[in-house]
Amino acid sequence: MHIGKYIDLVHRTEKDLVDAFKVVAKAHRDEVDIEQTCLLLSSWSQQLAQIMEPVANRYNKENDKEPDRLTKTLLKKARKGSMAMLRDLHDLYLIVNEVLVCCTILKQGGTALADEELVAVCEEIEQQTTRQSSWLMTRMKSAAPQTLIVAKP
Amino acid sequence: MNESRDSIKDIWGERTPYREEWPVRQDQRTGEEPDKWVQSACVLCSNGCGMDIGVKNGRIVGVRGREGDRVNHGRLGPKGLHAWVANNSTDRLTKPLIRRNGKLREATWDEAMDLIVQKSKDIIEQDTSLGLGFYTSGQLFLEEYYTLGVLGKAGLGTPHMDGNTRLCTATSAAALKVSFGSDGQPGSYTDLDTTDAILHFGHNIASQQTVLWMRILDRLAGPNPPKIVVIDPRETYTAEKATVHLALKPGTNVPVMNGILNLIIQSGNIDKGYIEAHTTGFEELKKIVSAWPPERVEEVSGVPALKLREAAEILGTAKSVVSTVLQGVYQSMQGTAAAVQVNNLHLIRGLIGRDGCAIYQMNGQPTAQNTRECGADGDLPGFRNWGNKEHVQQLATLWNVPLDKIPHWSPPTHAMQIWRFAESGTIKMLWISGTNPAVSMPELSRIRKILKKRKLFVVVQDAFNTETTKYADVVLPAAIWGEKTGCFTNVDRTVHISHKAVEPPGEARSDLDIFLDYSRRMDFRDKDGNPLIQWTTPEEAFEAWKKCTRGRPCDYTGMSYAKLSEGSGIQWPCNEKYPYGARHLYTDGVFNTDINQCETYGHDLDTGAAVTEQEYKVKNPAGKAFLKGSDYLPPHEVPDEDYPLWLTTGRIVYHFHTRTKTGRSQQLHDAAPDGYVQISDEDAAKYGIREGDMITVTSRRGKVTEPAKIGGIEPGLVFIPFHYGYWDNDKRSRAANELTLTEWDPVSKQPYFKYAAVSISKEEDGMLKKIGKSIETLTEKLKLQEV
Repeated sequence: MHIGKYIDLVHRTEKDLVDAFKVVAKAHRDEVDIEQTCLLLSSWSQQLAQIMEPVANRYNKENDKEPDRLTKTLLKKARKGSMAMLRDLHDLYLIVNEVLVCCTILKQGGTALADEELVAVCEEIEQQTTRQSSWLMTRMKSAAPQTLIVAKP
Repeated sequence: MNESRDSIKDIWGERTPYREEWPVRQDQRTGEEPDKWVQSACVLCSNGCGMDIGVKNGRIVGVRGREGDRVNHGRLGPKGLHAWVANNSTDRLTKPLIRRNGKLREATWDEAMDLIVQKSKDIIEQDTSLGLGFYTSGQLFLEEYYTLGVLGKAGLGTPHMDGNTRLCTATSAAALKVSFGSDGQPGSYTDLDTTDAILHFGHNIASQQTVLWMRILDRLAGPNPPKIVVIDPRETYTAEKATVHLALKPGTNVPVMNGILNLIIQSGNIDKGYIEAHTTGFEELKKIVSAWPPERVEEVSGVPALKLREAAEILGTAKSVVSTVLQGVYQSMQGTAAAVQVNNLHLIRGLIGRDGCAIYQMNGQPTAQNTRECGADGDLPGFRNWGNKEHVQQLATLWNVPLDKIPHWSPPTHAMQIWRFAESGTIKMLWISGTNPAVSMPELSRIRKILKKRKLFVVVQDAFNTETTKYADVVLPAAIWGEKTGCFTNVDRTVHISHKAVEPPGEARSDLDIFLDYSRRMDFRDKDGNPLIQWTTPEEAFEAWKKCTRGRPCDYTGMSYAKLSEGSGIQWPCNEKYPYGARHLYTDGVFNTDINQCETYGHDLDTGAAVTEQEYKVKNPAGKAFLKGSDYLPPHEVPDEDYPLWLTTGRIVYHFHTRTKTGRSQQLHDAAPDGYVQISDEDAAKYGIREGDMITVTSRRGKVTEPAKIGGIEPGLVFIPFHYGYWDNDKRSRAANELTLTEWDPVSKQPYFKYAAVSISKEEDGMLKKIGKSIETLTEKLKLQEV
């Protein structure tokens, strides 16, 4: 079975998101709503990582040996400025959607195994992660025209 | 001075108990006997009282309430009775000013407007219209907002337009949209005449809408008085009359409302049939509020469980309920989520769309409703949906411009974001009309820094020199109420016409004329090369606006200047179906949530994430109202060792906004001449503070020094009225917003003025001596003021 590898991937990515949201909050604290919402969303990821914990422990023999490709390359360091803000939100969006893709796949496996706990955890993660994704998309859309078109003085 | 009553000493006047009808009582105050009376309505709060302006020899000499008006039955409050004298002030702005060599100097209209147009064109050439921002008001007339909305959306094509309504009523609109699919108040003021119970939530109505409070006082003085529940951290005039007063801690509105709804649902005092037929989301709401038993609410909010039960008993069993909501909710943590809980209360009990049942998601300003309706606040005119291509196309057709000229490719930029763009330098021209952000915005040191930016071109359009005009590059002198004709709409959807009574002073011009002039000079054209804006008078603008509202919830098509002038106030919708207006919306339980009708697809209450058209289609509410809930999120700044107290800000009965008008009435000024800091007896004892001592209040953002006023407030909380700035007294730091926070509600984007962590300390004795005798006088005056 390889399902443990996906569980591990979600678990680790969720833990990475706790920090990633905090990094972006700090880097763009001048954008007050970004700071506050990213901190809120970081706390959601914290909760999601926690509810994943027991499931991850049950399947822990199958840890994924592959490095997290996305979190390794994205958001190593947040940058300053409006273009950087857009890119940072964009990176967060990609990581959050990595979780969503994993969850969809995991839920199928969990259902096939009749692992009700795993399926329930996946659904909770899906719901909250979709909310994270929606906010990131909303915020990127509102920042896009000004960032792409208007020159800084 | 000839006056029917002394409204300074006796704010609400003599009782005229309600029996079958609310009796007429005409309030009046004139300096001289007028030659003529001119029909108008009051602009000194959001109530919209019908009023006549008395004129003699071309000057305003007084006002009287209109006896036949549906809103006030002749009554007027202290602000309305006194503040008209501001029109006649000798310090009105009468000529345009242009900054030259660092100083504002008189200029001609041509020079001022040409400069603004040149700047606009330069910025557009380099950055498109995204380099321009407009920050307007809740004080102009609907004809002016609509003109501004059209020139901004179809002329310039900028999404950067908002009003100071963002600070006061954005959450009202947001909450109505969340629950009912569009803006628009479901009830009428007349519902107060028959209702069994009233909920005032974060709303000191006795001070803010004095005439509406008179209506309630007259119910209390008659047979079958209603029970009143007040939720407010302070012992206000309103709270004094409460059957049950819930004095909660700042930032805990959601826990308290969740607790009340939980008790009502638990006790079975709900209308299951209504919930089933006319709402969606009940089970989720029930799940969210079930986490809030009274004991937990008490722990978080400080409201005793027993009192919460009493409140829930009243609100759960009354046959009819009127709820009013204002800044205590809108300007606090989770503003939209908390305001929506009031809508939920009415929906789960089926108390909507009939006599005695109303929700007033109140406005703070007289014409705020029109800022929202006409598209001067970022919304599309006529409550149209930015995300709905069909709605945008309707406007493109009406204005005869290409679809993509209208900036639907970006969500409208809210005021806090406009200021942020100005701060970061990507908005290069900010046009401020009819508002005074240098006193009314949060965190004033930041606002001043933005206004001072060398590369930000600031245009200010106002009637007086204010704290804001000081930073302007161009000042345009504006005509005000009484000097121009136009209409405006109050909280219960009543539209009044206000006729021009006198000429504006000097070269001052109406906001309408200024916007029309800009539009002409910018040469905005439609697709066929004709002028984009073809109206030149207020009445023509009103007729254009009517066309824009056809078929929308705020339908004005059945009104005209003639019809508005014959009577005294007509409610929208007014059309073929309702030729005399409609008292209630949603009488059939069908709400504006249909996908083709709704003003928004909605937002996540915790994050503000926008719901997409696709997601909305899946929900398919099809006319059902939304029941949405939210769990508690604590405020972002809470008292700690360094800043151990909560600050909350608010208003007092004798003043409006930053006192540009009320501060110019000697009587209103004398009644409330200065700011103060209100603290509890316990905190006064703890810090060794006596009444009138000068106290320095400090937050992470600034400090102010105010005389102390002791009592009438919970321990740990301090209150400062926000009206006082520097135009008439720059001797000490005293504007409450020196202390407040830059942050806002995720859905309505309304900033939070109702909490901040502060410390207090007594000024040194030396300072006390300096102020000397004035303290005594001040203490005397303070006694007159509100507790």
